[in-house]
Amino acid sequence: MAARPETSNARVAVQTKGDAMEVSLGGTWQITEPRPSWDEIRGVENPARVRLHVDDVGKWDSSMLLFLFGAQQWCRVTGAYCDTEALPEKVQLLLNQLSTSHETSVPFDRSENFLITVGLATQDVWVKGKAISHFVGECVLSAVRLVRNPAKFRWRDCLVEMQQCGAMSLPIVSLISFLVGVTLAYTGALVLRQYGGDIYVADLIGLAMVREMGAMMTGVVLAGRTGAAFAATLGNMKANEEIDALETLGIPAVNFLVLPRLLALGVMMPLLALYANALGILGGMAVARGLLSISPTAYMVEMQTIVSMGDVMVGVIKAVTFGLIVGLAGCLRGLQAERSAAGVGQAATSAVVTAILFIIVSDAIFAVVFNIVGL
Amino acid sequence: MAEPIPPHPATPAIEATQLTCGYDGNVVLQDLTFAVKPGEIFFIIGGSGCGKSTLLRNLIGIQTPMSGTVKFFGQTFSEHDMAARRALLKTFGVLYQGGALWSSLTLRQNVALPLEEYTGLSPSEIQEIVALKLSQVGLTGFEDYYPAEISGGMKKRAGLARALALDPAIVFLDEPSAGLDPITSRRLDELVLQIREMFGTTIAVVSHELASIFSIADRVIMLERGAKGIIAEGKPRDLAANSRDPRVIEFLHRGDLPT
Repeated sequence: MAARPETSNARVAVQTKGDAMEVSLGGTWQITEPRPSWDEIRGVENPARVRLHVDDVGKWDSSMLLFLFGAQQWCRVTGAYCDTEALPEKVQLLLNQLSTSHETSVPFDRSENFLITVGLATQDVWVKGKAISHFVGECVLSAVRLVRNPAKFRWRDCLVEMQQCGAMSLPIVSLISFLVGVTLAYTGALVLRQYGGDIYVADLIGLAMVREMGAMMTGVVLAGRTGAAFAATLGNMKANEEIDALETLGIPAVNFLVLPRLLALGVMMPLLALYANALGILGGMAVARGLLSISPTAYMVEMQTIVSMGDVMVGVIKAVTFGLIVGLAGCLRGLQAERSAAGVGQAATSAVVTAILFIIVSDAIFAVVFNIVGL
Repeated sequence: MAEPIPPHPATPAIEATQLTCGYDGNVVLQDLTFAVKPGEIFFIIGGSGCGKSTLLRNLIGIQTPMSGTVKFFGQTFSEHDMAARRALLKTFGVLYQGGALWSSLTLRQNVALPLEEYTGLSPSEIQEIVALKLSQVGLTGFEDYYPAEISGGMKKRAGLARALALDPAIVFLDEPSAGLDPITSRRLDELVLQIREMFGTTIAVVSHELASIFSIADRVIMLERGAKGIIAEGKPRDLAANSRDPRVIEFLHRGDLPT
């Protein structure tokens, strides 16, 4: 067997006497090196009897076994007699093992037919829907219990999470919001300049950022940054049985792990959204000044003619909702993660997708509802 | 007659010289020098936190020693030559504590991966070897299971099958018996003996399982946290019977110091 790295010089000598073939293996046989195959050695010969020797072999490993097994299998298929008497006992034993494993190792097909796949997918949607409802209900009940007994709440964890999802997110939120403001201003300017309404770019940016883009972009950024982190953390904890340990202590994972994160996001999201609004407006102001020669004062005065406190509140309400969605999606997917490295990765991806999906859906619902109530 | 033994038995399979290892400037083990003979079952033993796993990580090249050298059959890892490093990596297999199976792959795929990476075998030949290796560790019928679908003991056995895929000259086993029931643990020990018997493989085991140490170890080195090094070396039964070091006696007698 292989003992040190060495170049293979596997060789096979063949001697044919009538219908019998003497096959003598020699040299060094290493699985990581090239070796002769049985079909190459046999060529066009069809012996009725094959006798195998390994007397001249130095070091060997599974590579030699594969060759011998190939010869043995060929004999089995063609009905030739395979004489392995001359092989050492160890080699015979391993050949028997290889033969047995060849027969007993039958791959099983995990694929399902179309109808079963559709049925399972439908069932999966139903089960996941139920799981989301159950999880949200559990969070609401836990929140009610904690309101009654706030001393039980993990305030320290909540503050740490607030720092993580709030203060630590400021750089990325700043950059994205500012650039969103810049992009919106450029796009708006293209149209508004044609009608001589350059100044209205302030209205466009103000309204778009405050009502829509500030909260939405912050939600999307936090879905990727914080939601995925929640899912990965909780998924890892599940894989390490830390969540089982909590449950066996009688501490619900929702109280201990989910609520501090939800509260942190629920509090920090509106603050971040307000900050994003300001940065977006600044981005628009920079373009207005540079491209349209609108002074910052004129820009601000014009913006205030259309953006009301009600619009700001609309953005804040959306931000709180988006924050809770990101938190719920991250924690739910983390708690549902499979106990493996791949499961943790899938949970993080799924958390981001779920959060963004529900952010868009809820934003559409908000648009309809605010229109009805006149906000 | 084919004899699967190394041609240069005088060259140690593993040779550590003045090896110092640690983390972030903190020395865990200092100036370790030892050699493992080809075909030997060599145990690295000691209490928890003594640096057994650290030593293993340094031996297999996952961690770079703070100083000193590790040689395998006279060759050492070269930081500058990836081809030489890969050639050397082919000669040893490692069983990690938890099996370290790739969770997105089935057992069949886990064992096949080193063969696909390092050999020119055809897919059908790879499947033959995979089936053989899995049958040797008693996992026939579980080839298409994912790691998450099998027990801890089965994961370890599958990890061993993967470690043996390339018929390595040296196999490192990190706590192979930890967390296993006594029967599975004994079967694993028997498997280790069988591998050595069949292939003349050098086997280095990190463990503190006394049953395994006394039943299969040819020779042990014992590490101690305070000493930051080797405090005893020899055959386990000799050490248990003759050592005068209370730390060695206490360890090998399950904490019972002689009166």
